[in-house]
Amino acid sequence: MASYQEFIQQNEDRDGVRFSWNLWPSSRLEATRLVVPVACLFTPLKERPDLPPVQYEPVLCSRANCKAVLNPLCQVDFRAKIWACNFCFQRNPFPPSYAGISDVNQPAELMPQFSTIEYIVQRAPTAPLIFLYVVDTCLEEEDLQALKESLQMSLSLLPPNALVGLITFGRMVQVHELSCEGIAKSYVFRGTKDLSSKQIQELLGLTKPAASGQPGRPLAPQDAAASCRFLQPVHRVDMNLTDLLGELQRDPWPVPQGKRPLRSTGVALTVAVGLLEGTFPNTGARVMLFIGGPPTQGPGMVVGDELKNPIRSWHDIQKDNARHLKKATKYYEAMANRSAVNGHCIDIYACALDQTGLLEMKCLSNLTGGHIVMGDSFNTSLFKQTFQRVFSKDFNGDFRMAFGGVLEVKTSREVKVCGTIGPCVSLNSKGSCVSETEMGIGGTNQWKVCGLNPSTTLGIYFEVVNQHNAPVPQGGRGAVQFVTQYQHSSTQRRIRVTTIARNWADAQSQIQHIESSFDQEVAAVLMARLGVFRAESEEGPDVLRWLDRQLIRLCQKFGQFNKDDPTSFKLSESLSLYPQFMFHLRRSPFLQVFNNSPDESSYYRHHFVRQDLTQSLIMIQPILYSYSFHGPPEPVLLDSSSILPDRILLMDTFFQLVIYHGETIAQWRKAGYQEMAEYENFKQLLLAPLDDAQEILQTRFPMPRYVDTEHGGSQARFLLSKVNPSQTHNNSYAWGQEAGAPILTDDVSLQVFMDHLKKLAVSSST
Amino acid sequence: MNVNQHTPMASPYGQPQPGYGQPGYAPLDGGYPAPYAPFNGPASAYQPGAPPQGPARGPPTSGATPVSAPQPYNQYSHSQGDMQNGPPPMTQAPPRPAASQQYNQGAVNLSGPQPSYPQHYGPQPSMQQVANQMTGMQITSGPPTPAGPGYAPPHSSHPPVNTAYSAAPPHSYTQAPPPASSPPTQPPPPSGPAASQQYYGGPTPPSQQPFNSSLPPTSQQQFASPAPPPPSSQQTFPPSSSYSGPAPTPGQAPAPPASQPQQSFPPTQPPFSSAPPPASHPAFVSGPPPPAQGSFPPRAAPLSSQPGSFPPPGPSPISMPSGQYPGPMPPQQQPPPSQPSPYHSGPPPPRAQMPPTSMAQSNHLPPGPQGPPGPLGPMQQPPSQPGMQGGYPPQQNGAFGQVRGPQPGYAGPYPGQPNYGAPATAPAPAPAAQKRLDPDSIPSPIQVIEDDKVKTTEPFTTGVRGQAPPLVTTNFQVKDQGNASPRFVRCTAYNMPCTADMAKQSQVPLAAVIKPLATLPPDETPPYLVDHGEGGPIRCNRCKAYMCPYMQFIEGGRRFQCGFCSCVTEVPPHYFQHLDHTGKRVDCYDRPELSLGSYEFMATVDYCKNNKIPQPPAFIFLIDVSYNAVKSGMVNIVCQELKTLLDYLPRENPEMDSVVRVGFVTYNKVLHFYNVKASLAQPQMLVVSDVSDMFVPLLDGFLVNVNESRLVIESLLDQIPEMFAETRETETVFGPVIQAGLEALKAADCSGKLFVFHSSLPIAEAPGKLKNREDKKLIGTDKEKSLFQPQVAFYNTLAKECVAQGCCVDLFLFPNQYVDVATLGVVPVSTGGSVYKYTYFQAQSDTERFLNDLRRDVQKLVGFDAVMRVRTSTGIRATDFFGSFFMSNTTDVELAGLDCDKAVTVEFKHDDKLSEETGALMQCAVLYTSCSGQRRLRVHNMAVNCCSQLADLYRNCETDTIINFLSKYAFRGLLSNPTKAVRDTLINQCAQILACYRKNCASPSSAGQLILPECMKLLPVYLNCVLKSDVLMPGADVSLDDRAYLRQLISGMDVSESHVFFYPRLLPLTKFESGSLPVAVRDSEERLSKGGLYILETGLHLFLWVGASAQQELLVSIFGTPSFSQIDPSLTSLPVLDNPFSQRLREIIESFRAQRSRYMKLMVVKQEDKSELIFRHFLVEDKSASGGASYVDFLCHMHKEIRQLLS
Repeated sequence: MASYQEFIQQNEDRDGVRFSWNLWPSSRLEATRLVVPVACLFTPLKERPDLPPVQYEPVLCSRANCKAVLNPLCQVDFRAKIWACNFCFQRNPFPPSYAGISDVNQPAELMPQFSTIEYIVQRAPTAPLIFLYVVDTCLEEEDLQALKESLQMSLSLLPPNALVGLITFGRMVQVHELSCEGIAKSYVFRGTKDLSSKQIQELLGLTKPAASGQPGRPLAPQDAAASCRFLQPVHRVDMNLTDLLGELQRDPWPVPQGKRPLRSTGVALTVAVGLLEGTFPNTGARVMLFIGGPPTQGPGMVVGDELKNPIRSWHDIQKDNARHLKKATKYYEAMANRSAVNGHCIDIYACALDQTGLLEMKCLSNLTGGHIVMGDSFNTSLFKQTFQRVFSKDFNGDFRMAFGGVLEVKTSREVKVCGTIGPCVSLNSKGSCVSETEMGIGGTNQWKVCGLNPSTTLGIYFEVVNQHNAPVPQGGRGAVQFVTQYQHSSTQRRIRVTTIARNWADAQSQIQHIESSFDQEVAAVLMARLGVFRAESEEGPDVLRWLDRQLIRLCQKFGQFNKDDPTSFKLSESLSLYPQFMFHLRRSPFLQVFNNSPDESSYYRHHFVRQDLTQSLIMIQPILYSYSFHGPPEPVLLDSSSILPDRILLMDTFFQLVIYHGETIAQWRKAGYQEMAEYENFKQLLLAPLDDAQEILQTRFPMPRYVDTEHGGSQARFLLSKVNPSQTHNNSYAWGQEAGAPILTDDVSLQVFMDHLKKLAVSSST
Repeated sequence: MNVNQHTPMASPYGQPQPGYGQPGYAPLDGGYPAPYAPFNGPASAYQPGAPPQGPARGPPTSGATPVSAPQPYNQYSHSQGDMQNGPPPMTQAPPRPAASQQYNQGAVNLSGPQPSYPQHYGPQPSMQQVANQMTGMQITSGPPTPAGPGYAPPHSSHPPVNTAYSAAPPHSYTQAPPPASSPPTQPPPPSGPAASQQYYGGPTPPSQQPFNSSLPPTSQQQFASPAPPPPSSQQTFPPSSSYSGPAPTPGQAPAPPASQPQQSFPPTQPPFSSAPPPASHPAFVSGPPPPAQGSFPPRAAPLSSQPGSFPPPGPSPISMPSGQYPGPMPPQQQPPPSQPSPYHSGPPPPRAQMPPTSMAQSNHLPPGPQGPPGPLGPMQQPPSQPGMQGGYPPQQNGAFGQVRGPQPGYAGPYPGQPNYGAPATAPAPAPAAQKRLDPDSIPSPIQVIEDDKVKTTEPFTTGVRGQAPPLVTTNFQVKDQGNASPRFVRCTAYNMPCTADMAKQSQVPLAAVIKPLATLPPDETPPYLVDHGEGGPIRCNRCKAYMCPYMQFIEGGRRFQCGFCSCVTEVPPHYFQHLDHTGKRVDCYDRPELSLGSYEFMATVDYCKNNKIPQPPAFIFLIDVSYNAVKSGMVNIVCQELKTLLDYLPRENPEMDSVVRVGFVTYNKVLHFYNVKASLAQPQMLVVSDVSDMFVPLLDGFLVNVNESRLVIESLLDQIPEMFAETRETETVFGPVIQAGLEALKAADCSGKLFVFHSSLPIAEAPGKLKNREDKKLIGTDKEKSLFQPQVAFYNTLAKECVAQGCCVDLFLFPNQYVDVATLGVVPVSTGGSVYKYTYFQAQSDTERFLNDLRRDVQKLVGFDAVMRVRTSTGIRATDFFGSFFMSNTTDVELAGLDCDKAVTVEFKHDDKLSEETGALMQCAVLYTSCSGQRRLRVHNMAVNCCSQLADLYRNCETDTIINFLSKYAFRGLLSNPTKAVRDTLINQCAQILACYRKNCASPSSAGQLILPECMKLLPVYLNCVLKSDVLMPGADVSLDDRAYLRQLISGMDVSESHVFFYPRLLPLTKFESGSLPVAVRDSEERLSKGGLYILETGLHLFLWVGASAQQELLVSIFGTPSFSQIDPSLTSLPVLDNPFSQRLREIIESFRAQRSRYMKLMVVKQEDKSELIFRHFLVEDKSASGGASYVDFLCHMHKEIRQLLS
C-alpha cells in the first residue's frame, strides 16, 4: 500500500473527502484521547470530469430508518439478486430493473472506483433557476454606473430560461415588474416597515383568491411563473431589463448634510425573500444583494443615519455598545432561516470603503450557502471579475452552482455524526446515527445547503461510539455514506452518493499506525473550523486558550519527550507541521479581531468555513514565493527572514495577493533598468511573479485583493503582518547581520511559541 | 292678503302703480292699485303666459264669492291685513281697502267659496275637476294677477265687504274667521278651503259644477264643445292639465280657463261681473293680448262676455282650456246638479272638520262630500292620479286638489304643515288666509330685483359709511373709496345696532360674507400691491390691525391711532409723512392702504411658515382607475384634457410660464405614482400597495415642471387609459389617496392642491375605509344628523394635517351609487377645496360640464396656505365663521387653499357698545401664498354705521346676505340638530326679526296685517326656499349624497351664488329685446305659459323649458325643428343655427355659465315630459313635491308666527 500521503490524495481526488484520522480508534475512550476528533472535510460537489452521472436512480435499503444507497461496500448475492446493506445489515432484493445483474455485469454503483457516484433523478419536475437582483441605489454615481454595467453584463451570462427579477432600494424598496410594455412599473414599499410574507404577497398582488380550492398549497411553479410578473425568463425581458437597469437612478431622496443616505436593506431583503417564498418555494433561486453601505433604517438597521454615530466596531461590541447589533442580527437570522427553508440562497456583494453591516447580515449567506463578496467599490475589477466568476461554467458548460442541496450522512453503527461546520442549516433529522454530542451544527444527520459550488466544503465531525472493551467492530471497517441531493444548474435533480470506509485500529496496540494515519493538514483546518465556530459565540481569548490546550494535549499524546525536558521534545513527521499551523491560525484574522472591523472578520470567517482544504490552508498559513536571480522561484518560509532586498516576494493569503519588491529590486525598478534591453533578465524577473499572480487571480473566487508594493511601501503591511516575526525591533540587532527585515511587533515568533509549547507539553504538571 | 310692503317701498311701487295703473286696474286701483298695480303691469305681461293659475282660480272662486262675499272679504281683509306693511298701512290703510279689493280677487275668490262652498265641496270631492278647473282657473289666475285687479273690481264693488274684512281680518288670521264662518262657519273653514280653492281653483270647480249644474245649458254648451278634448286632456293631463291649462294656452288658454271658471261661476261672476268683468277684461285684454293674442281674443271675449255671459259660457267653449276642463266638468256637472245639496251639506261637515285640521282637513272634508262625488270620484281620481297634482305641488291648486279629491292625496298636500312644524295649531284659519293670498299681491322677488336694477344707474362708491350696495342681481360698477367693494365684502346690515340688546331684540344676524380673492370685472382695478419694505406692513402695536384708511394720524403724522382699538402707535421713520390742514397725510391718495378699502401687502419672511420663503405650489392629479371610473369614460377624458390643460396652470403674469409643478397618481385599491422626470424616455410607474401606511415612493421626478417634462407627461397621459382599459378592479381607497398627495407635498416642502377624481365608496381595506350607511329610514328622525357627520374620524385628522401643510383638496366625484359625500367631503371642505359631483356620469352628456368645471378649477387663481383674520373695532367681535376652512383656534381661519370663488361668512356679536359716531369697523386680512409662490397679505376694510334706533337697522340691511348667513348657519346646524329643529329655528328667527320690526318700527295697525320691512320683504320667500331646499326637506328621490353635497356646497357660496341657488332665475324666452335680458319671472308654475320657452338657472342647473304648444317658429329657430315632439330631450347644447334668436339664446346661456363658478349643463325639459318633475322642483314659489310649502302658504304661516310672537 502506498504511503498515507498517496492514499489521502487518492481519496480526496476520488471522493472529495479527507479524514483527520485514516485509521479509526476502535473505542470511544481511545478516540477522545486522540484530541483531534475523527472528522472530515467533505466537498460534496467536487468536480469530477471523469465521473459521468448515471441516468437512473439509486437503489435504497428498504429499511425505513436506513435508506442507505447501494454501494461498493455492500455484500451482494448475485444469484439470489439480493444485497446486504452495510450500514444496517438489512438484506434487500434488487429491483426488477437489476434482473440482469451478475458477477460480470455489475451496475456502476457496485464497482469500487465508483465509491462516489452521481444519479440523475428523471422524474423530478424541473424548475428554472431564479436570479433576483436586489440593488442598492444609494451609491455614488460612478459606483452605480459600474454596478449597472455589471448587472447588464450578467444578463448575458444567465441561461435564457432562467427567471430574473429586480428589486431596487434606497429609502424605498421597489419591486420592478418586468413584463410590462411602455411604462416601467414597480411596486414600492416603505423602507421602515417590516412585512410578513403574506402581506408582501398581498401587496404585490400575488395572492389569487383560492379559486383552485386548495388553499394553503403553494402554486405549482409553472402557475407561479405565469402569474408572477416580477420574475420573468431572461430571454423574454432581456431588453426590458437592460433598459430598466440603464435608467436606474440614484436614490432621489436628498441626503442632508451630516447624514447617511437612508438605506432599507432589511425591508428589501424581506420583500425579496417573501416574493420568492410565495412564488417559488423549494426551487433553486439566488438572491443577489448589492449594497454600498450599511442599512440605516427600518428593520435590520445596523446604524442610524446620523453620521456622527459611527458604525459599531469590535470595541463597541465588546463593550456591548452596539445598539442595533442584536436586533439586526436576529432579524437577518430569521430571514436567513426562512430563505433556507425554501431553498433559496442569498449572496451579498458589499462594496464600500466603510463597513456595510456584514456582521449582522453574514448569516444570510452563511446559512443559505450564498456568497459574500466584499470590496471597496463596484467600480473595481475585484468586484467586476468576482461577480463575473459567479457565473463561471464548468467543462460541460454548466454553471458552477447548484441549489437546494440536502446532505445526508449515514454511518455504520460504531460511528455517529456530531455535526457539521459549513454553509448549511440543520434539517433536524434525528436518525440513529446522530450523536448526542454536538460539534458545529449538530443534532441531525441532514443539512440543507441552499447554494453549492464545486468548492463548497463542509467539515463533518464524528464520534466513535464503540465501547472500550468491545471487540474491534465486525468487518473491521467503519463506513460513512454521504448522500447529496441537489438541483443541478441544468435544473436537473441529482443525487451524489459517496461511500467511504476506514479501518479500525486498536488504539493501544496500534497507536503508531494511528499516528501515521493522521492527516495534519485537514486536522488543522478542522480544528480551525471548530475554533472559528466557537469564536462566533465566544470571546476570542477563550477560543485561543481552547486551541492551545488542544495543541498541548495533542503534543503530549503523540510527542516523544522526557518529562520536564523541553529539549527532548520531538514530533513525528505526520504531526510536525501541525503546531506551525496552529501558530499561524492563532495570528489569523479568523480568530484575531485586532485590526479588523467586524465586517472583515465576518467576511474572512465566512470564506474560511466553506473553502476546500487547499484554500483553507492558504488562509491559515499564507504561501510565500520568492523570486530572485539566485534561482528559480521557490516557496520560502513565511518568516521575516525571507524578506531580503534582492528578492521579489509573492504572498497569497487567499484574500490578498501581495507582490513585494525587496529594497534593491525596488530601487532598480525605480531606476528603470527593466526598460533597458541589456537588463532583459531583470524585466523577466519582474514579470515572473506577475504571471504567477495572474494565474491565481484567474481561478480564485472571490478574487483576491491584488497588492503590488515594495520595501517601505505602505501596503507592505499586508506582508509584514503575516510573516512570522522572527526578527523584531526587540531582537534584530541581537541577531547581528542576519539578513531579513525586522518587524515592529510585540507578537511572539514561531520560535518562542514552539519553546513554550515544548515546555508545556513536557511539563508533568499538566 | 295684500302684502303691504314697506311704505318706503310703496314709493317705488306707488310710482309704478300709476304706470301699471292701466285701465284694467284702474277701477280697482282706487287706492290699491298703485302698489300692486306695478305688479299687475308686469304681471299682466306675464300673466298672459303664466296667468293661468292665479287669476284663473280667482275667478272661479270669485264666482263662488258672490255668495260668500262677505266672508271672503273678511278673509281678504285678513289677508290684506296680513300683507299690509305696517307703515304703509297707515297711509295706505284707506287705500288698502282698495288694495284689499285688489287682493280681493283672492278675497273674491274666497267670497266665492262661501257661496260656492257647497259647490266647492261638491267640486272638491271631484278634485280632478277642481284641479281641472283650477288649472283653468289658474290659467285665468295667471291673468288674474292682472286679473286680480280685474277681480278686484268685484271686490271693490264690495267695498263694504272690505269693511267687513277689516273686521274679519282678524278672524281670518286669528281663528276668528272660523267663528265668522260658523254661520258661515262653514265658510271660514270653507274659506279655508275656499281660499285654497281660490288659489287652487278648487272652489271654483265646485262652483262650476254647481253652476254648471245650475247652468247646465251654458256649461254644457261649453263643455259640449270642449268636451271632446277634455276627456283626453283630463285623463292625460289632469295633472298636467293644470299645467296644460295654463301652459297650453298659457297666455291664451289661461285666460279661457279663467273664463271658464268664471263661466262656471257665472253666478258668482255675475255679481262681480258687473264690476269685475269689465275690469278684468280690460286687464286681460291688456295683458293677454300680447302673449296670448290669438287665443286670447277668444278668451277675452268670453271673459268679457262672462259677466253677462256667464251663461255665455260661450267663452269657455271658445277657450280651449275651458274646453278641456269642460270635459271633466260636464261629468261633474251632472253629478253636482243632483248633489248640489249634498255638497252643500257636505261642506258644512267638512267645515267642522276643516277648521280643526286646517286646510288639510278642509280638504278631507271634501272627501266626505266626495262621497257624493263618488260618481265624480272617478273623474277626480283620474286627475288626482295624474298625480300631477302631486307633481303640481308647485301649484297650490294642484296640491289642494289632491287633498280634496284623492283622499290619499291628503297626506301629500299636508306635508306642508309638517314643514311648518307648529302650524298645525292654527291651521284652519291661517290656511284659509293663505289660500286667499294672491301670489301677485305678495312681495315679488322679481319686482325687487328689477327695481334695484332701475335704481342703480351710478357706479357704487364705497366711500360713504353704511351705504348698502346694489343687489347681487344688479350689474353695477364699484369705485373703491375706502371701503371694500361689495364684491369682496357684503354685510347683512349696514347699520348695526349699537348695543347687544338691540341686536338680540331684532334677531337680525350681524354678519359679513367675505370673498377675499373675488375676481373683479375687467373695468375695476384689482387690489394694489403695497410693499412696506423689510419691516413688513405697518400695523397697530396692540391689535395688530394693518395700516388702513381708519388709522388716524396725529401729532403731525408722527403717530397714528388705531381705528379698531384706539391704541397709538409710532409711525416708523420711513413711513413718516406730513399732514395737511385736515389732518390727512399728504400722501394719502398716493398710498392705497390709506385711501382704499382693499389692497395687498407684500409679506416678509416673518410671515412665512418656518420663516422660510415658500416654494412654488404644486398641483397633483390623483385619478381613480378602477373599473367604474374607466368604464364611465372618466379616466380617458381626464387624461386627454390634462394634456392641454396643463398649459393653463394659474400664473400671475400671463407672459410667464406657470411655476406650478405637477404630479400624477392613479389608484384603485393601490396607488400608482408616476415618475415623469424630463430625463426619462418613458414615464415610470411606482405602485404603492401598502395603503395602510401611506408614503410617497419618490421625490425627484414626481413633481415636475410641465414644460420640461412635456413629452414624458404626454406619453403618460396617453398610456394611462390603455393600461387600465381592461382593469377589473372595482374596489377603491380614498384616505390613502389624499395622504399620498399630502405626503408628496410634505416631501417637496411646498403647498399645493390635489385634484382627486374619484368614482366609488372606498371599501377597500385601508385607513378611511367606509361602509354604506345610506339609510332612508333615518330621515326625519333624530339620527338624521348622523348622516351628515363623517362616518369615521380619520378624515378630520387628515384634514388637519392637510391644512398644516397647505394642501388643498378638490374632489371630483363620479358616483353611480352612494359614496358618502358627507365623509369624503370632509377634507375638501376643511381645506378650502371644492367638491364636484357628477352622478351617473356619462361621457357623452356630461363631458362638457365636467371639463369646463375642471378647466376652471385648474386655471382659477388660488392662494395657498392662507390664514384669514377678521379684526373689528371695539364693541363687536367676529364670533363665528362659515365656509370651507379649518380653525384650530377661535380667531384664525386657516385655508389650505383659497380660490376666487370661495366666500367665508363671518358672524359678529357685540361685546360692548358701539357708537353711532365711529360706526363699526372691520378689517379682514388674508395671508396667503400666491400661485407664483409669493407670500402676500390681502386686506379688506369695511365700515358700517351704527344705530340706536331699530328702524335704522331695518332700513339698511340686505336680505340676500341674511339668507346667505341663515342658510349656512342652518346647514351647519344640521350636524348637531334634528332637521326639524333646524327648520323651526330658522322660521322662528325669521318670525322674530319680522315681529320685532312690526312691534318696534311699524306704525300701529291691525294685528291682522302683515307688515314687512322694505329691505326684508323678501325674507319670507327666500327663507321658504331655504327651508324647501333638498338639504332641509329632501324629496323621496333626493339621495343622502346629494344633500350632503349641497350642504357642503352652500358653505362656500357668496351671496350671488346663494341667491340664485335658492331662488333660481327664470327667464321667459318668448321674445328678446336686443341687448338686455328679458325680465325674469317668478319661480312658479303659474308663470309658465304653455306656448313659451323658459330658461331657468340655479348656479348648478340650467333648464330650457319648452311649453307644449310653443310656437313653431320659435322651435324652428331654436331647435331647427317645428315639431315639439321632435325635440330631443337629451340635448345638452343647442344646435348652432344661424338666426338671431338662436344666437341670442346661446349667448344668454353662455353668459349665464360665465357668471357661475360651476358649469351648468343644459337640460331641455319638454312640458309634460318626465324630466319636468326635476324642473318643477326649482319652481320654488310653488308647493314642492316633497311637501315644501308654497310661497303663499308660507307667508301665511309666517304671519301667523309673527302674530303669535306679537301676542
